[in-house]
Amino acid sequence: MLRIANGRVYDPQNGCRGELADVWLHDGRVVSEPPGGEFETIDASGCAVLPGGVEIHSHVAGAKVNNGRIMCPEDHADHFRQHTPVTRAGCGYTVPTTFMTGYEYARLGYTTLFEAAVPPLTARHAHEELRDIPIVDAGCYTVMGNNYLVLKVLSDPDPSSRRERLRELVAWLLWATKGYGVKIVNPGGVENWKWNHGVTDLDTPVPPFGVTPRQIVSGLAQAADDLRLPHPIHLHMNHLGEPGNIATTLATIHALSGHRTHFTHLQFHAYDVGERGGYASGAPRIAQCMNEHPEFTCDVGQLVFGPVTTMTADAPMEFRLHHLQKNKWANVDVEMETGSGVVPLVYRPSVLPNAVQWCVGLELMLLIKNPWQIFLTTDHPNAGPFVAYPLIIRLLMDLDFRRSWLEKLHPGVKRVSCLHELTREYTLDEIAIVTRAGPARALGLGSKGHLGIGADADVAIYRLGADAQSMFSQPAWVVKHGTVVVRDGELTASFSGRPLGVDVQHDRRLAPDLAEYFEKYSSVELDNYVVEDEYVPDLSLVACG
Amino acid sequence: MPDTTSSQVPLENVTPRPTDITVHRSVVCTFCGCLCDDIEVEVQDNQIRKVKKACLIGRNKIMHSQSNSPRPTIQGREVSIADTIAEAARILRTAKFPLVYGLSSATTEAQKELVEIAEILDGNLDNPSSYCHGPGVMARQQVGLATCTLGEVKNRADLVIFWGCNPMESHMRHLSRYSSQPKGLFTGEGRKGRKIIAIDIRPTATTKAADQFIQVEPGTTFETATVLRALVRGLKLGISDDNALVAGVPLRVWRELAEAIKSCKYGVIFFGLGVTQCRGRDLNPEQLSVLVREVNDFTRFYAIPMRGHGNVAGCNQVMGWQTGYPLAVNFSRGYPRYNPGEFSVLGLLGRKEIDAALIVATDPGAHLPQDSVRYLRDIPTIYLEPHNNTTTGWATVVIPVAPAGVAAAGTFYRMDNIPLRVKKIVESPLPSDEEVLRSIKEKIVHAQDC
Amino acid sequence: MGGLSGLLVTVRSSKQGAEMMTSKLSEDYLREISSLRINAGDMQTLCVADGQRARMKSPYGEVTVTCHTADVPSGLFFLPLGPLANQLFSGANTEGTGVPDWKRQRVTIEALETTSVPVEEHSHDA
Repeated sequence: MLRIANGRVYDPQNGCRGELADVWLHDGRVVSEPPGGEFETIDASGCAVLPGGVEIHSHVAGAKVNNGRIMCPEDHADHFRQHTPVTRAGCGYTVPTTFMTGYEYARLGYTTLFEAAVPPLTARHAHEELRDIPIVDAGCYTVMGNNYLVLKVLSDPDPSSRRERLRELVAWLLWATKGYGVKIVNPGGVENWKWNHGVTDLDTPVPPFGVTPRQIVSGLAQAADDLRLPHPIHLHMNHLGEPGNIATTLATIHALSGHRTHFTHLQFHAYDVGERGGYASGAPRIAQCMNEHPEFTCDVGQLVFGPVTTMTADAPMEFRLHHLQKNKWANVDVEMETGSGVVPLVYRPSVLPNAVQWCVGLELMLLIKNPWQIFLTTDHPNAGPFVAYPLIIRLLMDLDFRRSWLEKLHPGVKRVSCLHELTREYTLDEIAIVTRAGPARALGLGSKGHLGIGADADVAIYRLGADAQSMFSQPAWVVKHGTVVVRDGELTASFSGRPLGVDVQHDRRLAPDLAEYFEKYSSVELDNYVVEDEYVPDLSLVACG
Repeated sequence: MPDTTSSQVPLENVTPRPTDITVHRSVVCTFCGCLCDDIEVEVQDNQIRKVKKACLIGRNKIMHSQSNSPRPTIQGREVSIADTIAEAARILRTAKFPLVYGLSSATTEAQKELVEIAEILDGNLDNPSSYCHGPGVMARQQVGLATCTLGEVKNRADLVIFWGCNPMESHMRHLSRYSSQPKGLFTGEGRKGRKIIAIDIRPTATTKAADQFIQVEPGTTFETATVLRALVRGLKLGISDDNALVAGVPLRVWRELAEAIKSCKYGVIFFGLGVTQCRGRDLNPEQLSVLVREVNDFTRFYAIPMRGHGNVAGCNQVMGWQTGYPLAVNFSRGYPRYNPGEFSVLGLLGRKEIDAALIVATDPGAHLPQDSVRYLRDIPTIYLEPHNNTTTGWATVVIPVAPAGVAAAGTFYRMDNIPLRVKKIVESPLPSDEEVLRSIKEKIVHAQDC
Repeated sequence: MGGLSGLLVTVRSSKQGAEMMTSKLSEDYLREISSLRINAGDMQTLCVADGQRARMKSPYGEVTVTCHTADVPSGLFFLPLGPLANQLFSGANTEGTGVPDWKRQRVTIEALETTSVPVEEHSHDA
């Protein structure tokens, strides 16, 4: 048993905003104060006690991540850690090795994460890597927005059979891939890339089934609702990163009105057109729209200046990025499912588009009023590495600090962004929401993101007093499953977290016509497609409903 | 899924059978990078009786998988497996600069144990890709690689180029399953609708199966890829005569090829060791990858390395996610460092730097140059292997193991990095690689703790 | 009888692949990995007939191979990879790449006096 004593508890879910209280942990759970028995005490005087952080969108495991890792040895050479009696060796900055990923997340106080995009065909790979990310509990989203089985079912003209078949298919795909949620990446646009066709707008029919992105997102949103999935569709929209994409973004948001939806890395989708076709912030209009739609959540995808390794299933977008700086480019078309691309980049404050992107992210964070609707991410490692979270937290909490950063940006940014006019400063309570309580709620994780009785014994304890960046860079203690894993920034213990899956009810059978179609055109047998239970030992299933 | 057919044997079947025959379907063949996963294997009395659908090599591999196991030995003396494990741990923990090498035909589960052992020992870690497709990996680190899965080739490719590879002999079902004959979603005509071109220095079974064979002079991959880049981009070459020879081939042939490349809908180059081991090494796949990249300004065009050993792609993947680097890793400083050449198996052996080796799932006696083998024979070597071969005769410690994909389950990665689960379809009295390695690791750690 | 110099190229063959799965210690495997594919004109220069043996030398070693006429360019000699071919390579010289000259090892080749091995039918594409 562990007692975390005398800390200021920030548990927004349960209405605690820094009250002095003790937190008791036993058997991996938060418990009420026990009548007696042996216990150890952590003296958290002068500290903020928060639930363990919950990462809702990060590219940390699987085929495209490892493609980036292997492709970029220059990313690893100067960032490494030696093995110790309790930890494995590792390296990497924007694409750290799996062990290093777990340690670095834990060192920031994060205890749960979700890999952002896993194609079914390589799901086994993602689970192999997730098993090798220590400490954190982890799940992944299954990529479906360009999947042929999904598109084929969507082309069914009969609305009621279409809806029912899609619901069954989504349930089967989640089970077959041991995925947690439905991911959609550039719906239809990745398929269009393979045909070397041009731009994909919301109503562009996409070969070979002629369905449109609008049909894809609406159909999958309906299926997620019908299945009562704990997390709604997790949507990366069309036209990521393009000036003027705000039109597509607003149209997509309107199309999904009334459906629970998570819009991911919204920063990349919130650009207006500035002078001469350049970038301008569209954040105010997007924020207004989010403020009017409480059924929506989003994560920001905040830009961080410096090196990144962009990686996404959005293959055409990566090809465009490659042409920006002519740096190395990896692409993998994945049969009947999706594509992917990897391009290393450097974001610079002196480059106007990058400066605008940086402002757009912060504007969204500051203009979306309800912190339960927007979460802190860097779309790691696309907009920046997750290790930059403490810096971003300080930018949100400290107006003077933020203004000092504005001075470093390309001067033109003030004409196309309103960030310099925004004076809001996040409170610690709000930080606790956007980094743990909010994502946990959006993910439907009832035992995470809070410290109420019965919650998982995942706790991050930060020293108050210093500036927010220092505070969040080095937690005094991090507790995972009731065990102290980090003390003053150093790993003291390491073990496997649990895989997180979703308990979807269905008969574990693919519809016969789809099975026949798959067998005919896939390069693997259907039997060998379904991810075996061995890859997710001790799977923790979250209920639907 | 295995299904026991004999339990439903109708009564009119009068011939009494000794025991049930179990038919295992969708078995994955572990021989080459194709990882054909449609194999049927009949097992009776825990013996493999029949193998269907596999190629000649695959059938031989599976049929012979249960025979010819080595005996557990230390310096040729037969001992128990427990003794070999203890001796292996002793050798490794007393070594100053050990090498952990192989991995390419082991499951990823076993490969992870090997990475950890190398790390615990502060030793070196390498796999056979360092002298095979390693240059292709290095090229990827320079310029990236645009590629696709084999099912995309089957469903979409209307132009396939085999460059410096001979899959008809090395990956025997490649053409029928993925790259030439199959009728895919948008390639309904199968072979007829695909243009197949082979580039090689000699006629082979593969060049004979192609529509066009471009026979080049040896050592000209870089030159050829460079000329193709220029032609694709419409640059002036400074050669006016269309019959002037480039790599021994008239320029007009390259001009036609460049046109074929630009005008296809979905083209794929499969490149083999003729590209990666050719003069210039990594510069060849690098130039080829840049060509592929630039063609994507016009159409979809990709390259896929024709990976050899069943799970050599997997060992690049596992080393990638666990150490950050796909091959040639050193842990002397307690963290992974990478330097092909310096930490490649042949560099380490050539400089006679290592003083012990743990070798798993490769046959250095058959694969490495004579001087490298001779040096290995001079130092203590621990060798895990399911079959007698050219290394079992001399390795200091020989530990027989159950063959992966037949008597041990686990994960293999296909040449296009698609992971598949290989199955356990028979019982073996021998432990798996993974089990032996875990025991060795635990013994090393235990001794370090004492 | 004359000597000849050229480049040795190691290659895969289906028979080498199939035989090594049966046993790498078998006669069939050894026969296959010592089968040299060589141009007919080069055979004439060497004064060897199909199925006759020759000695192949590199700076690192020498081996006895069995010559088989094949449609290959003059001056290029093709041998299946394996322990026999490997006698002619050095792992110590990879120009810092980790890859030996598997596809272009300079060798000399000369006929052996003996013709004791009978000429036999031999298929390359078993």
